[in-house]
Amino acid sequence: MRFIAMVHADERSEAGEMPTEEELAAMGAFNEELVKAGVMLAGEGLHPSSRGARIVHSADKTTVIDGPFAETKELIAGFWILQAKSYEEALEWLKRAPQPAQGEFVIELRKVFEAEDFGEAFTPELQEQEARIRAQAEKNA
Amino acid sequence: MATNTTHGSWPGERALRGRWVTGRIAPVSSASDSTHRAIDAVWRIEAARLIAGLARLVRDIGQAEELAQDALVAALEQWPQTGVPDNPGAWLMSVAKRRAIDQIRRRERFERKQEEIGRDLETRRDPSEDEFDAVLDSAEGNISDDLLRLVFTACHPVLSTEARVALTLRVLGGLTTTEIARAFLVPESTVAQRIVRAKKTLTKAGVEFDAPVGDELAARLPSVLEVIYLVFNEGYSATAGDDWMRPALCEDALRLGRILAELVPNEPEAHGLVALMEIQASRSRARTGPGGVPILLLEQDRARWDYLLIHRGLRALERATRLGGARGPYALQAALAACHGRARTAEETDWALIAALYRELATVLPSPVVELNRAVAVSMAYGPAAGLELVDALADEPSLKSYHLLPSVRGDLLVKLGRRREAIAEFERAAALTANEPERALLLDRAASCAEVSAAG
Repeated sequence: MRFIAMVHADERSEAGEMPTEEELAAMGAFNEELVKAGVMLAGEGLHPSSRGARIVHSADKTTVIDGPFAETKELIAGFWILQAKSYEEALEWLKRAPQPAQGEFVIELRKVFEAEDFGEAFTPELQEQEARIRAQAEKNA
Repeated sequence: MATNTTHGSWPGERALRGRWVTGRIAPVSSASDSTHRAIDAVWRIEAARLIAGLARLVRDIGQAEELAQDALVAALEQWPQTGVPDNPGAWLMSVAKRRAIDQIRRRERFERKQEEIGRDLETRRDPSEDEFDAVLDSAEGNISDDLLRLVFTACHPVLSTEARVALTLRVLGGLTTTEIARAFLVPESTVAQRIVRAKKTLTKAGVEFDAPVGDELAARLPSVLEVIYLVFNEGYSATAGDDWMRPALCEDALRLGRILAELVPNEPEAHGLVALMEIQASRSRARTGPGGVPILLLEQDRARWDYLLIHRGLRALERATRLGGARGPYALQAALAACHGRARTAEETDWALIAALYRELATVLPSPVVELNRAVAVSMAYGPAAGLELVDALADEPSLKSYHLLPSVRGDLLVKLGRRREAIAEFERAAALTANEPERALLLDRAASCAEVSAAG
């Protein structure tokens, strides 16, 4: 299963302040742990929203709204893409992310859609597969 | 795959069943489901490190695994009440260490009684937790070294391939016996037995909990890589059962591969294997059509490929190359996969490069199957006549006698050369040889369409 963990922005990240050396070291150690465990597929930090834009499509027009955007805490400052065996495992990893010296470090965890997530239409097939696996296991007994 | 705590796919199930047959532990209620899933997750993360660290203490991976299981049972008993501790790994390790010390004390007491030696009881000291901590913190190594020892012990040459696969998934991958059994479509008891026997074999053979160094590491690495690639292939092109793929198993193999590559970062073939698996896995979504019909590489919708995995694969391949391993068998296969990964359309494929890579692969991994693949690449790069020449050279190859792809490829080249009458026989022969039903239908179809064109011409 694949997950995206989005790091929320704060005043500092939106001001374009770089992390301190300690913060970088702590994050580096955490990333290394994720890589060594084979769960981190990608991870990046983002420039502040002042260097970004929103592209708004509507039925009759497309509008580009340049940053910065006001709702700092709802913005994204970075992300990881993780591969884990379960939602709980991804959660458990993120609980181990470094704690900030001050303020809050907010990470939002979301599961990436996969084939088996696509609604009930998929379920009968999966059930069928399950039944086949069981039958096969018995046959091999 | 959904974790179903009521059907025995959580890690402590087996441990619990073994100890509380009469059901001292109440059936899992939905209220504690979330804790059990959290314990599952902690186990997945901590199992290998826990077992590796304990194995360094007790010098036996079988015993280490049992101690780790004991700690897991303790967690399953306590965490539903107390909640998951802040540092679950340290909690599990501390419980397991106490059990280890208890066992040693009991054994020593027993031995002393046997020998009826009582006088030095006062002066003899029991092993203490501090001493164990000292071993764990000692200069003998860090957790990476322990994990490396774990890998090489689980993949030790005294074990059969099957045993290595089961033990590696169990101790390094943190998979339960149930999960391993499901993955390989064998009964759970078979896997459990394989693991028990593997542990016994290691103890009997006096296998030290150790990792080889230098040339010996290089010599034993292929057997580790083989185990991981075998797991991957079982997921990628399932040999058993009716499913074309089992993606969860591919993910397990990829994870093991990535862990290994970080444990031996200077071994090019470890990166080569990771590159190969990442690039192959990138096509998972595109490999099956509606109803599970296999879709061949050149016909796949490349928009469905996973470009994150392709990118990771290409990077791993660069690492292998930088380490001087471009000609290793896994790196070469990865380079072949990369040729397809880089091509935005099937037409853009660099067939000349693929043909050249197959030629190289044939020198390090000589095999008629590689030669057949080379023939296909040559035909794509230099025309069907050049390919047919190579295929015909394989006609008397005994190992390809019942290999359906030989006549299938030959038929294909004959069609391209306009020799349809000859092609019919090849497709029919191929259809008779294949065990795969959809493939047989496809081949008979091709034979029939050749016959039509021939009749019309």
